Amino acid sequence: MKMSDKEIAIEDAIAQIDDGSSVMIGGFGVPGTPFCLIDELVRQGQKGLTIIKNDANETGMGVDHLLANGQVDKLIVTHIGLNPRAIEMMNDNRLEVEFCAQGILAERIRSAGAGLFGFLTDIGIDTKLSEGKTIIEFEGQPSLIEKALRADFALIHASRADTFGNLVYAASAQNFNPLMAMAADRVLVETEELLPLGDIPPETVHTPGPFVDCLVTLSKLTEDYNVVQR
Amino acid sequence: MSSNVRERMIRRAAREIRGGMTVNLGIGLPTKVIDFIAADTSVCLHSENGIAGVGPSLSHDNADRNLIDAGGAYVSTLPGTSFFDSAVSFALVRRGRLDLTILGAFQVAQNGDLANWTIPGKFTPGAGGAIELAQKARRVVILTTHQDKHGQSKIVRKCSLPLTAPACVSRIYTDMAVLDVTDGGMVLRECAEGLSVEEVVAATDAPLIIPGTDLATF
Repeated sequence: MKMSDKEIAIEDAIAQIDDGSSVMIGGFGVPGTPFCLIDELVRQGQKGLTIIKNDANETGMGVDHLLANGQVDKLIVTHIGLNPRAIEMMNDNRLEVEFCAQGILAERIRSAGAGLFGFLTDIGIDTKLSEGKTIIEFEGQPSLIEKALRADFALIHASRADTFGNLVYAASAQNFNPLMAMAADRVLVETEELLPLGDIPPETVHTPGPFVDCLVTLSKLTEDYNVVQR
Repeated sequence: MSSNVRERMIRRAAREIRGGMTVNLGIGLPTKVIDFIAADTSVCLHSENGIAGVGPSLSHDNADRNLIDAGGAYVSTLPGTSFFDSAVSFALVRRGRLDLTILGAFQVAQNGDLANWTIPGKFTPGAGGAIELAQKARRVVILTTHQDKHGQSKIVRKCSLPLTAPACVSRIYTDMAVLDVTDGGMVLRECAEGLSVEEVVAATDAPLIIPGTDLATF
């Protein structure tokens, strides 16, 4: 028996995305953000996207290019403080922004990835963030219903992958990547290094191959992946 | 605020950190507390983006491009550091494994309500992990300037801004004072060196309880 080979060209990976798709994008700041997949999405220009990501990157990087190119209708995020364009577009009502508490965003994605419909929590219960959400009494305690969050696509950055799509993330580049890699219908991965089957010890795999649909090998990393000089 | 006053308030807040604690330091001023933790104190610093055991920050020349803290600073590992995903990171927070968090604030009310994620229509960076930190850390303390840049007190009777979490703050460290939130109201514990009780009271919107005449200074 042999595992299938999922490597394809970056153009073909991103061409699967249609106008109006929901797209999860891994990363927290620079680490784990799939800048090359995002840049290809900017080049192909699909519009009306809902982007689900921890943050909106910084000016001139990643998600900021999608915003500048008018491709995004809605952001579901936890923090956009480092992207003045996102704040300005939101204030001008040119961009819908849904804020989630960070761990709640993670858990909504994890729930969808685990095939669940949602979960109960007391996080945000007496704040503005609970507006529009259903609160029920559960075991004597007011509990907020948080819905699982899925997407049509996930764009993932791995430091290493084998050809079947077993993934390993580096240091703090893990963040939302392993969760999003479980929660989307089509999971598109860029990897810094593509290894033959068997070269990743099974007990060190972060994301198991069955969750992954397509792999793109990065021949070189763009400037965006470097240490940010502030 | 002079750099001397700033250092004194951060140094004072650093005394919150005791050996054996797991601690999360918020973005901005609270992160600076790291510089004043005694080298022989065993402490595990948690970062929302998936690190337990954050090591000293690194210059750009020595940085690992894949290793930042939640504030974007390049950091290092220590013997015993672990990495994990964002769901695990907040499981740790919500499960009550954080002994302490030190957060910044736009406003803190006399009953411990905290507002630090949005100034509607002006500046809405989003709450990031602050809601869960404020609601679930075992102890929540605030490190902030006493007044905003327009000279308005950040220590208020009632928050006018949307809340991050209600009644979550135990103590506040500012450049002017150390304040405790108690059931009976907000108590002035210490004044910054060179400031009188009257000056602190005058600079504070919330009513303060003055427990005695011989308050400590910092």
